[in-house]
Amino acid sequence: MTDATLSAAASYEERYPQVFRQPFWQRFGPAITVIGLALYLVYAFVFFDVGTVIRSGHWERAGLFLSDWISWNATVEFRTAGGTVTPRYPKFSPLGDDPHPDWVTANADGTTTIEMVGKDNSVTMSATDAYVTKAGETGHVKLGGDTPVIVGNAPAWLAPNDDGDLVADFGFTGQILVENDRVKINKRFLGWPNFFFDTDSPFFGKSAGEDISLIAAGPDLVAGEPNWRLAFDNFWNNAEWQHGDIIVKLLQTLVMAFLGTLLGALVAFPLGFLAARNITRNSALNWTLKRLFDFLRSVDMLIWALFFTRAFGPGPLAGSAAVFLTEAGTLGKIYSEGLENIDDKPREGIASTGAGEVLVQRYGVIPQVLPIMLSQTLYQWESNTRGATIIGAVGAGGIGLKLWEAMRTNDNWANVFYMVLLVLAVVFIFDSISNALRSRLIGRQN
Amino acid sequence: MTSLSASPQQSSSADQVLREWQRLAMQRRLYSVLGVLLVLAGLVGSMWFADENNAGHFVERLPHLFDFLSWLIPSDWNDVWRALFDIASPQDNGTEQFNFPLGRVYLWADFYLPEYFYLMLVTINVALVSTIVGFIGGLGFCFIVARNYSPSNWLRIPIKRVMELFRAFPEIVIAGMFAAIISIGPVAAIIAIGIHCIGALTKLFYEVVENADMRPDEGLKAVGANWFERVRFGGLPQVLPDFLSYALLRLEINVRASTIIGAVGAVGIGQELKLSISRGFGAKTLALVLLLFVTIFIVDQFSAWLRRRLVGEQAFLKQGLGT
Repeated sequence: MTDATLSAAASYEERYPQVFRQPFWQRFGPAITVIGLALYLVYAFVFFDVGTVIRSGHWERAGLFLSDWISWNATVEFRTAGGTVTPRYPKFSPLGDDPHPDWVTANADGTTTIEMVGKDNSVTMSATDAYVTKAGETGHVKLGGDTPVIVGNAPAWLAPNDDGDLVADFGFTGQILVENDRVKINKRFLGWPNFFFDTDSPFFGKSAGEDISLIAAGPDLVAGEPNWRLAFDNFWNNAEWQHGDIIVKLLQTLVMAFLGTLLGALVAFPLGFLAARNITRNSALNWTLKRLFDFLRSVDMLIWALFFTRAFGPGPLAGSAAVFLTEAGTLGKIYSEGLENIDDKPREGIASTGAGEVLVQRYGVIPQVLPIMLSQTLYQWESNTRGATIIGAVGAGGIGLKLWEAMRTNDNWANVFYMVLLVLAVVFIFDSISNALRSRLIGRQN
Repeated sequence: MTSLSASPQQSSSADQVLREWQRLAMQRRLYSVLGVLLVLAGLVGSMWFADENNAGHFVERLPHLFDFLSWLIPSDWNDVWRALFDIASPQDNGTEQFNFPLGRVYLWADFYLPEYFYLMLVTINVALVSTIVGFIGGLGFCFIVARNYSPSNWLRIPIKRVMELFRAFPEIVIAGMFAAIISIGPVAAIIAIGIHCIGALTKLFYEVVENADMRPDEGLKAVGANWFERVRFGGLPQVLPDFLSYALLRLEINVRASTIIGAVGAVGIGQELKLSISRGFGAKTLALVLLLFVTIFIVDQFSAWLRRRLVGEQAFLKQGLGT
């Protein structure tokens, strides 16, 4: 390095000492923070025993549950007792009380053919023999002994399980299980079964066209009740999908968020003025109100929800009250901080014309803060719509509890997905409304 | 202009302006009245609906609103401290109401962490870990999603949609799903809150990035910096304080979320509180509420203090945007 550049470096160092001699924290702070966070994550990994939890998880269930969201499963047994093949359909299955599905055919020679996917993936059985076909390859199984026995060549996909029963796996479509005296079929169908009418409804088991013409012009199915009303009643009270109940619960959640936020805003608005130190010059009152807001916020929606569930009984009233108290605190804090950041000149101008206290607030303060207040209230409304879903699960009513119960039973994931779709649709609609309102409010301000 | 006295033409145009102004004022007033009426109708309607759908009704339950005070107020106020610090109570009659010493977590020898403090620690850890997960996710995605930094629209739009889904997806469904897969517990709660947090922070972050000053970026482009260098030296230094401030806000929200998810999914202090309130254990409930209140208060104040140091007073105008 030449003397010229050395002296230039020295002069830079002299002119900008803060760049070359940074304080310790400024220099190493970021690295220390990152290392600290990494160490904390290691600690948390050990604390929660994440390794064991992940390893012992039933990950194979994940695919099953996810496929349950959009498909359903029919389990049918074909028994060979008494020398004939008798199908046994489960009670209360989506197939109805007296099913004749088109994938089960009784052949002329007394055998029964059950199709998984067409003739190439099926099983044809009599009381003594079963011919399992997968992708065109057939395995012949002799029934009636202690265990099912494969006769002739054994296909690789037809393997005995731990109990000695033969299993043919068809992937997503399901599986065929051959026992010594019966064949069990698990067949999976894409879609939501009986979404409109449950198996007890007279509209069940008909095609969409038949149902529509029945509703539009058919003879009354129940005397004295028009078909459209019967159809709506059957749909609303569908035992499997519970449309009516779910819609009412969803409405409860929305009402909880709306009522709580609106009442909270109505209470927080005047209190915000009293708590803002530039508007109400009473530091004792300011301090008390601000601590009250902190208290309401810190006690937390959960605690309020639990208390009010005890007081009012479970339902949207308890939820609304919980959202209301939390929101009064949150919005009070937001409003008073917004008010403390206003420009004082319009107020002075209005006051100089001799206007009274109320008029000064009305024309000097409110035009400045109202758009921001409304926009933040809308944000809270959105966030409370989500919050009310969760609050519901602790007993405060609404869709949350219904969702949680449907999930705990572990066998109704299609219902869960249906509710999730409804919640997502509602959240999306509300986001759009509140975004549109907000951009108009902020736009008007400029 | 020779005179200010109204010529016939001016007067008519002034009239027109006045009429126009009056018309607009009337219209505005009409809209305001209609808006207020609409909100009032909604308010009354939803009050009726909420009352109708509740197990107990507002008017008939109102006199009993403070009934809970009768079970909440302990017979001996010292029991609150005993419940909090797991010290045996003289009222211990073998029931769950007074079995305070049970659940001590011994660290070494006779030194123990009281049960509730341990549960609070679990809840705080759940919140902290999911905030860190959300912060890392948000940091990773926001520059891809922000219009001014995005490397390609083919990446930007799908990721943006996925993030919206993450944000809107109900947390309890994710928690319930993972509870069924990896058993109910804190890890399921972390995954649920973390996924939501990634979505929420990505949205807040990319909005900050889109409002960033692009001149440093132009300078970096001019010297041939690649995408990572532009993000690291052009974008990140201006937005990091805002990012940290939003992450702290999110931490406040996540502490609450992890308490609530805990009450539903049997994790940390939330579950204990739910049990204690539903069984009417006065001293235990007061101890839990006190602990939770103080913790949330400390977290809030600490985060407010740190945010004020990071971005100044304006941090507080964004309070409501932390959803």
